[in-house]
Amino acid sequence: MAEPWEEENEGTVKKFMFVNRKAPYGTIYALESLEVVLITAAFDQDVSLVFTDDGVFQIKKGQSTAGIGMKNFSPTYRALEGYDIEKLYVDQESLDARGMTAADLIVDVEVLSRQQLADLMNEQDVVMSF
Amino acid sequence: MKFGILINEGPFTHQAADTAYQFAKAAIAGGHEIFRVFFYHDGVNNASDYAVPPQDDRNVTDNWVKLAEANNIDMVVCIAAAQRRGLLDANEAQRQGKRGDNIAPVFRISGLGQLVEAGIEADRLLTFGD
Repeated sequence: MAEPWEEENEGTVKKFMFVNRKAPYGTIYALESLEVVLITAAFDQDVSLVFTDDGVFQIKKGQSTAGIGMKNFSPTYRALEGYDIEKLYVDQESLDARGMTAADLIVDVEVLSRQQLADLMNEQDVVMSF
Repeated sequence: MKFGILINEGPFTHQAADTAYQFAKAAIAGGHEIFRVFFYHDGVNNASDYAVPPQDDRNVTDNWVKLAEANNIDMVVCIAAAQRRGLLDANEAQRQGKRGDNIAPVFRISGLGQLVEAGIEADRLLTFGD
C-alpha cells in the first residue's frame, strides 16, 4: 500500500547528496545522518553519499566499538545497496591524508578528486552536509 | 523563493540557530516563503519551552515562537532526535510515562520524512550547523 507521502510527492524525484564529514564516533552526526539517508531512499529519491574529511572513517573496515560502549553501526553502510543507494563517493585527498586507500573501506566506492566532487555537487538539487 | 531550513545545532553553544533565525526573518522581509523549519541532531533543543536564558541575552526559542506565529511557519522537530534528548510533547510524555512535556506550542513533533519533503518541495534547502 502506498504511504500518504508517496502519493503527495508522486513523480517528483530530486537529486539528494549527503556529505559526511565527521568520524563515526565522538559525535552523533554520522549515525543520525544515516537515518536521513535511509528515509530519503524510502521516498524514492536519487540519493548519493560523499565521504570527506574524517567522514572517511565512517566506512573504514574493522571497526570495533566494544571499548566505548556504543553500537557499531558500520554494517548499515553495507546494507545501503538494498535501498538502491549505490552512488558512494570518497574524497581522494581525505583518504591520502589519513593513509587510507579504497581497499580499507567496507563498501565499494568511487574515489574522486575535489574538483570532480565539486562538479557532482553542482548537479544536485539538495545537498545536506553532516 | 520557497526555502526549507534544516537546523542541526542546539541554542547558545552554537550560533547556527541564531543565524538560521536571522536568515528566516530576512527572507520573509524580502518577500520569500519559509516552507518549513526542521530541527535535527541537537537542533531539537531549540524547541525547549523550559529554556530560561539571562534577561540580557536573546531567548532563541522565544524568537522562533514569535517568528513562526507571526508568519505561520511550519516548525517540525524530529521525533527520534527529540526523544533521545528528552524533548517530549504532551502526547509523547504520556505515552512514555514521563512526568512532563517541554516542547513549545508552536513546534510539532514528526518524522524525518518531513525533512525529505522539505527538500522536495522547497526551491532551496539550507543547512545550518557545525
